[in-house]
Amino acid sequence: MIRFEDVAVTYDGAAGPTVRGVDFEVPEGELVLLVGPSGVGKSTILNAVSGLVPHFTGGTLRGRVTVAGRDTRTHKPRELADVVGTVGQDPLAHFVTDTVEDELAYGMESLGLAPEVMRRRVEETLDLLGLADLRDRSIGTLSGGQRQRVAIGSVLTPHPRVLVLDEPTSALDPAAAEEVLAVLQRLVHDLGTTVLMAEHRLERVVQYADQVVLLPAPGAPPVLGAPADMMAVSPVIPPVVELGRLAGWSPLPLTVRDARRRAGPLRESLAGAVPESPGLPQVTAVPSRRRFRRSSPAEPRVAEVRDLAVRRGRVDALRGVDLTVGPGETVALMGRNGAGKSTLLGSLVGLVAPTSGSVLAGGAAPHRLRPAELVRRVGLVPQEPRDLLYADTVGAECVAADKDADAAPGTCRALVSELLPGITDDTHPRDLSEGQRLALALAVVLTARPPLLLLDEPTRGLDYAAKARLVAVLRGLAAEGHALVLATHDVELAAEIAHRVVLLADGEVIADGATADIVVSSPSFAPQVTKILAPQPWLTVSEVRKALA
Amino acid sequence: MPDTGVRAARTTVPVRSRTRFELHPGAWWLWSLGLGTAATRTTNPLLLALLTAVAGHVVAVHRSSAPWARSYTAFAKLAVAVLLIRLAFTAVLGSPVPGTHVLFTLPEIPLPAWAQGIRLGGPVSAEALLFSGYNGLKLAALLVCVGAANALASPAKLLKSLPGALYEAGVAVVVALTFAPHLIADVQRLRAARRLRGRPDRGLRGLFQVGLPVLEGALERSVALAAAMDARGYGRTAEVPAPVRRTTTALTLGGLLGVCAGTYGLLTAEGGVYGMPVLLAGALAALAGLRLGGRRSPRTRYRPAPWGVRAWLVAGSGAAVAALLALASVRDPGALHPGVVPLAAPALPLWPAAAILLGLLPVLVVPQDRKEPS
Repeated sequence: MIRFEDVAVTYDGAAGPTVRGVDFEVPEGELVLLVGPSGVGKSTILNAVSGLVPHFTGGTLRGRVTVAGRDTRTHKPRELADVVGTVGQDPLAHFVTDTVEDELAYGMESLGLAPEVMRRRVEETLDLLGLADLRDRSIGTLSGGQRQRVAIGSVLTPHPRVLVLDEPTSALDPAAAEEVLAVLQRLVHDLGTTVLMAEHRLERVVQYADQVVLLPAPGAPPVLGAPADMMAVSPVIPPVVELGRLAGWSPLPLTVRDARRRAGPLRESLAGAVPESPGLPQVTAVPSRRRFRRSSPAEPRVAEVRDLAVRRGRVDALRGVDLTVGPGETVALMGRNGAGKSTLLGSLVGLVAPTSGSVLAGGAAPHRLRPAELVRRVGLVPQEPRDLLYADTVGAECVAADKDADAAPGTCRALVSELLPGITDDTHPRDLSEGQRLALALAVVLTARPPLLLLDEPTRGLDYAAKARLVAVLRGLAAEGHALVLATHDVELAAEIAHRVVLLADGEVIADGATADIVVSSPSFAPQVTKILAPQPWLTVSEVRKALA
Repeated sequence: MPDTGVRAARTTVPVRSRTRFELHPGAWWLWSLGLGTAATRTTNPLLLALLTAVAGHVVAVHRSSAPWARSYTAFAKLAVAVLLIRLAFTAVLGSPVPGTHVLFTLPEIPLPAWAQGIRLGGPVSAEALLFSGYNGLKLAALLVCVGAANALASPAKLLKSLPGALYEAGVAVVVALTFAPHLIADVQRLRAARRLRGRPDRGLRGLFQVGLPVLEGALERSVALAAAMDARGYGRTAEVPAPVRRTTTALTLGGLLGVCAGTYGLLTAEGGVYGMPVLLAGALAALAGLRLGGRRSPRTRYRPAPWGVRAWLVAGSGAAVAALLALASVRDPGALHPGVVPLAAPALPLWPAAAILLGLLPVLVVPQDRKEPS
């Protein structure tokens, strides 16, 4: 269905080809997953299928890409629109109209389908994706998962034979991701659609793949193979595979269910061992019920939220939220898209004023502080780290950060060198990868040495290696006594570094306790290792590795 | 395009009917333009109030839950602001209307000799206030009518009814319309982010410093949108035989030339005879060219709102209100433009008032938006 014949893509001004030696075929009706570290050219390969590379992006494409027999050299993207449906990383950038129903019809209108066909397919797609109740809604009011489903639906209505998806679940909470993947599964099984997708969060998708295309390193030719074989050699692997490699299971399990079947001996050898928590023993030793914590006023608190309510328009974004964070403690805020995580972070940093209740960060109400005082008490790395970066070069950014924070010259640069070794002063922040940009924003925020550090979705778009580096950096900061609060959908990250997990739903705190207690009891927030080794309380592969050593 | 698979799987799915009847957006715009035209024909506050009430009632009955429906409130607020500003200016700067009933006297600021003829402060008469109030009310009623059109059918919907040849230009306008709200959201987000860097998040300097990143972001979004639209088939063209293509060009160019020549003829003294026919012929040729040009675009419309009896009735009721008020302003100018000197309470002329009530026809003929069963 999709055929790459010795394809190499070189962008204008680039020193060498971004991808080369791409030579594989995706058979009809299969779900093929594109796997590899950041920056190996996954998006380039995906966009070559729809013809956006090279027709839209420029650059030179050598070799030949054919989709359903059409050569992308002679067919422009618009002429492939009836066979290929493409959804990029950001669904919002994809929408042309303003309501769900019109958006679903847009692609068919462009192709000139008959009105009765369009009418029927819109209704079918609304039902297939569970969007019937949202048909008249404005797209701006939808949640992340709903937007992703509408974006998929909008390319589905012209009945393309190929669906190309770039990171369809990265921005979604675990439940919404399941929803989207269930839809894809149904398309492949019921309609015989061919799906090619790239995704960093392998733990969510690898079990659905029929085949995996592995891009091992930049410039290396991709390999196509069965998922288990590819996972055995892949540099990026989900926790279930990592545990399988650690335990020496062969063939490697890809699903929690397969792994559980083989985990009997491992559970036995782990019996009696206790997971060694990576964090601060003195913090985790404190009883996690808030009532006890409040009664010990001697304990210092970096952040204290009491009975906080935030109203936005007619919506209660937060209601009756209580939260205390001590020094050196790492707290993960979890919950659905739109549960109020970002609002809570925003009120801790003074971007959102409380409607009632109180917020104290470092003993002062953050929304009343002057910005220069604020940065010394609390720092936030926003969901889009680029929002924090204004300068043209990394060097200029560091000088500005030192000035903003009133720190000694060179403070920020030293932090950048520590977090991002090998980045020169004259690099433009836009040329950095997602993970590098996050590290730069983190360095800028850390220049003021805030005792409280907040991160909003820090692992979005990061591969496992970048995530591992981030985890090491955050652990180091926590050990130095920084209090960390992360809003995240990434259960594996929370399991890895958080001492406490706070679950939010509809603007209310529904659970607050030690990570092990909270995630083990929740089916959607439990990390893979926990699911495999239950009822034993293991959270991460590194804990298991330490116990076995 | 093969459609098997799906058809077999879901012939049993009941096709749900739309929860609301949608009137052609052009009908709503004609109706409200008719009401607006009527508003410009009178300064009688009673008639204007009646007109505003009619427009407001129809909006209250027929507006949907769509985002643009909320714009009515914004227009109503704007109308009130216009009225108040008008009154305030009259009070401060004075008015040419001679008035004997002085309500209050503002302290007058003496101005130098070169500013003769301008007055700041001084006595404020009831006549002057009333006169500017009447005129302000006329403007406010006009704004309310435009707001009603916006609330009942968004301008974007209206653009969808353009002929096929102009469709792509229409999409460009729609995309531009959604661009502004995105830009404002970006500015707000980036100004907030300045606070995180320890820089002041208020003031003009802050606004300037986020300017570049905001424009960069907007540009990137436009490029991403253009890529998405291309990949979804925007701008696909159909093969058109060469004779048709040439005829289209000839008709369009000839038509536009005809329109120019006709207009020139109408405006000059000696062209009075041939002006009108040439103008009409040119317009017809241009329209035919547009229609033929639409063949190049293979686009179809998803559920276009039909122009039926209801659309005729709604548009007709607006036109009738405009025509009757225009007639009334000629036949009975005194009642439609009540004098303020000497002071007198305006009377409600009966048959113009009845004419305005014709504008309520949409309430009767257009089925109401049923609330969705939950």
